[in-house]
Amino acid sequence: MSGTEHASARLIDGYARLTPGPGPGPDPALDPDPDPAFDLTADEVWALEAHLETCRTCRDRLAAAVADGAPAVGALTEAVWADLAPRLAAVAPAPPRRRLIARLATWTTPAMTPWLAMVLAVTLLALLLDLTGPGSGRISLVLLLAPVLPVAGVAVSWSRGLDPAHELTTATPRAGLPLVLRRTVAVLAVVIPALLAAGWATGLTAAQWLLPCLACTSATLALGGLIGMTRAAVALTAVWAAAVAAPTLAAGRTPALLRADGLPLWCALLALGAAVVLARRGAYTAQAGTR
Amino acid sequence: MPAVNAADLAPTRYAWEIRASGLKVRAGRRRLAVDGLDLTLGTGVHGLLGPNGAGKTTLIRALATVLRPAGGELELLGRPLGGPGDHRALRRRIGYLPQEFGYYKRFTVREFVEYMAWLKEVPAAEIPAAVQRAVERVGLADRADQRMKALSGGMVRRAGIAQAIVNDPAVLLLDEPTVGLDPAQRLRLRQLLQELGTDACVVVSTHLVEDVAAACTDVLLLAEGRLLFQGTPDRLAAAGGPEHEGDSPLERGYSALLAAPARTGGAW
Repeated sequence: MSGTEHASARLIDGYARLTPGPGPGPDPALDPDPDPAFDLTADEVWALEAHLETCRTCRDRLAAAVADGAPAVGALTEAVWADLAPRLAAVAPAPPRRRLIARLATWTTPAMTPWLAMVLAVTLLALLLDLTGPGSGRISLVLLLAPVLPVAGVAVSWSRGLDPAHELTTATPRAGLPLVLRRTVAVLAVVIPALLAAGWATGLTAAQWLLPCLACTSATLALGGLIGMTRAAVALTAVWAAAVAAPTLAAGRTPALLRADGLPLWCALLALGAAVVLARRGAYTAQAGTR
Repeated sequence: MPAVNAADLAPTRYAWEIRASGLKVRAGRRRLAVDGLDLTLGTGVHGLLGPNGAGKTTLIRALATVLRPAGGELELLGRPLGGPGDHRALRRRIGYLPQEFGYYKRFTVREFVEYMAWLKEVPAAEIPAAVQRAVERVGLADRADQRMKALSGGMVRRAGIAQAIVNDPAVLLLDEPTVGLDPAQRLRLRQLLQELGTDACVVVSTHLVEDVAAACTDVLLLAEGRLLFQGTPDRLAAAGGPEHEGDSPLERGYSALLAAPARTGGAW
């Protein structure tokens, strides 16, 4: 009933001057002189009405048929319009729809906004310290923070404690890995441009921070499927701070992990994370209460 | 919306919208809040009564596919829950209002219900009409473009009911929907429940016995994770005598049934 097939002229004309019968249709009093050539059976009326509801072309043809062949029906609809028009004018127009908000909501939740703002602020702070701070030139804070920046955003994207509507969301058909990935993409869409700008300002190459950043994101998702996103994010950030960030700051030079030597390792972590996420994609759909 | 769609014409392949046998559901890590529950629910409005901690919320969360059963069988619309697998098709036909109902304060009512309709995979072309219908049914049409944070508690709850019914669910689960509603709004909600109950399986948990009397075709009495009683409100009333506590026949029936088995625990 997509509109590729339309009702025949006989059906449309017949409906316009429908003779009284069971079910909906024009009032019997409107057509005192029924013409048997236009008689419709009940199933034809039923099928035609179902078609008219979805097909604008046929509704227009019906309007034309009414104007030509059934002046009584035309007069009735005119009268209804005349009554309705002043009342419609009195109704306040709906405020303009915030389409951008509706579109954005399919990618992020409002609960994520403050966290994304925080990520941007931290990036800016790290950049300022890199450019002006006492440690400038030796270790880049932007480089040191890049891997853990998206982690907080990813945690908020799928967390019972941090997202107020989480309970509602988990019971919907869209809950699951595709929705989590959508929100992760939104986080990366904020984090990566910020890091790109910061990296450009401090002279870092994209390869140095992009791979660790993506690897940590995939590791959070993978671990999150096992122990919950918030715990995964906290664990990953703690490991990063203890194992990499603190020794680096203490030693005062960029570790091998964040130079070109570390790239294969980050690639492996990214691949492993992605593989675990794909293999356990049911974990993001499944109900809680089994762990 | 077309006059008839495939789902309307498809034959029903199940006897009961909800069927549970020996159902066990955990609340938290260890405690079995629902412990060996046998239940069959068809079309109609089913009132879920019980003291605090009886397992009402846990049962509703399991029915909403949020909690996975720890044991026993649970079937919704003829599909078993509990095993691994995708409940996507099933979830499209469920409406759920949680007890502690979280929402985004910056959204307007319309944006919130639209967002929920999107999450429930209502076809994009049908969303505006479905949202308007749901908002009108709960009497929020004049507030539809106000932010959620500007609404009173009762209105927020009604917005929650609107999101639950926006996908025309076959199974509607409402956890304490009357909390925060004033008496007039409670009456409207009871009417709405009766309307919805004509072609859907509506499960309403409540602690107000009078809600049950007015709106429900069927009463379930839960205590300590088990089903104590299932029957019409009249049968619940008949269970109580003048010697039982309560101000109305239903309350007396409620206390009589809860007092009947030797119960452990405090006086509350």
